[in-house]
Amino acid sequence: MSAKKETLGKTVGIVVAVCLVCSIVVSGAAVGLRSLQATNAALDKKTNILNAAGLLDQASNQDEIASLYDARVEEKFVELATGEYVEKPSEDFDMYKAAKIGEFNVPVEKSNVGFKQRSSIASVYHIKNEAGEVSRIILPVHGSGLWDLMYGFLAVDNDGHTIRELIYYQHKETPGLGAEVTNPAWQAKWDGKQLYKDGEVAISVDKNVGNDNQYAVDALSGATLTSNGVENTLVYWAGENGYETYLKNQSWKS
Amino acid sequence: MADTKEMKKALFGPIIDSNPIALHVLGICSALAITTKLETALVMSLALTTVVAFSNLFISLIRNQIPSSVRIIIQMTIIASLVIVVDQVLKAYSYEISKQLSVFVGLIITNCIVMGRAEAYAMKSPPLMSFLDGIGNGLGYSFVLIVIGTVKELFGFGTILGFEILPLVQNGGWYTGNGLLILPFSSFILIGLMIWGIRTFRPEQVEPKE
Repeated sequence: MSAKKETLGKTVGIVVAVCLVCSIVVSGAAVGLRSLQATNAALDKKTNILNAAGLLDQASNQDEIASLYDARVEEKFVELATGEYVEKPSEDFDMYKAAKIGEFNVPVEKSNVGFKQRSSIASVYHIKNEAGEVSRIILPVHGSGLWDLMYGFLAVDNDGHTIRELIYYQHKETPGLGAEVTNPAWQAKWDGKQLYKDGEVAISVDKNVGNDNQYAVDALSGATLTSNGVENTLVYWAGENGYETYLKNQSWKS
Repeated sequence: MADTKEMKKALFGPIIDSNPIALHVLGICSALAITTKLETALVMSLALTTVVAFSNLFISLIRNQIPSSVRIIIQMTIIASLVIVVDQVLKAYSYEISKQLSVFVGLIITNCIVMGRAEAYAMKSPPLMSFLDGIGNGLGYSFVLIVIGTVKELFGFGTILGFEILPLVQNGGWYTGNGLLILPFSSFILIGLMIWGIRTFRPEQVEPKE
């Protein structure tokens, strides 16, 4: 290292030059790839919704997923307190972001579901059959697992109380234990289970349930806290603070 | 100018002879965390190799201009920019895997191998050699990750790259996955065994007793 390059002016000059070049490269990459990333994120969500709809095996590539989604899925917005459909609140409405905005914020009390506030308006998805009738309703649900919140889609039959699928798409559970919530063998156990018994929320996740019990699903072995989390999530979202009013109104039939 | 022999040494030396993880014990943190599945280990290897190679190249190109008082900061700036670019590219072209790697791509910035090579090699060597040294060290890191990832995925999940090799009990097979191998810290044991193995065959790597 020679002494002459240690002048203050040169040091500052080099630092500024390096920062300038780096910032141009970084912002160039971020801006240049943004549309591709947004497409990916949107496609990922569509894939999960189609999975919950039980339609995913009809589409094999990205274009088919997008066109199948357009043909069979319709996004709707529900005000949870009344169970009625509302207009889309804003162009880029996101029920998880909206939970933190004053206008939509609803505090969550007396529940161990794992979050403190939710949005007053939720996005739900109508799945239509070939004839254009609503065959399933996809409800976004989330609640805490062992390590973090788990986000998923609950698919309910058009009778409003029979579960078809429970698909988790974002979680941080332990691989091999809690992460078995995404195991197809376990997911398949949800098909046909009932959310309500005599009008009360009855769904639970328990040990040694067997296949005859309509209101309970076998807990995951070695993942008690994750299983409890799944139960708490469903009990909250099926309850009066969640989609209960909406599911009982059955507005999709009118 | 560097001759072919030297170039070969820079490129292939770090795989066994001076492996960054096994000999220098650098970059352990990420090797622990992302080797649960072979696929993530492969992508992480690729990402790290790219970052080390190009950070070495760029730092070497301007090595005579970098004032020594701020050299670490300049190295960090270059490395951080490269990591952000890699992260953005992954998000755009390999969304599923970038979701699994999540925070670890960003943590390449703090991976000791990248800083270590920039400071120890690229600051003193010409660009081409530095670039090759970067690729070499990336390969050395990849080699360890792939070995650990293969062992952990095969015996932890009974699969290789997602294909079922040992059918698990959960899916109606006979193999019970080894829960220990699924957890990050089992890499400690595996890397330890690997270092033991390498040093048994290359006794010159063993540090002298103090």
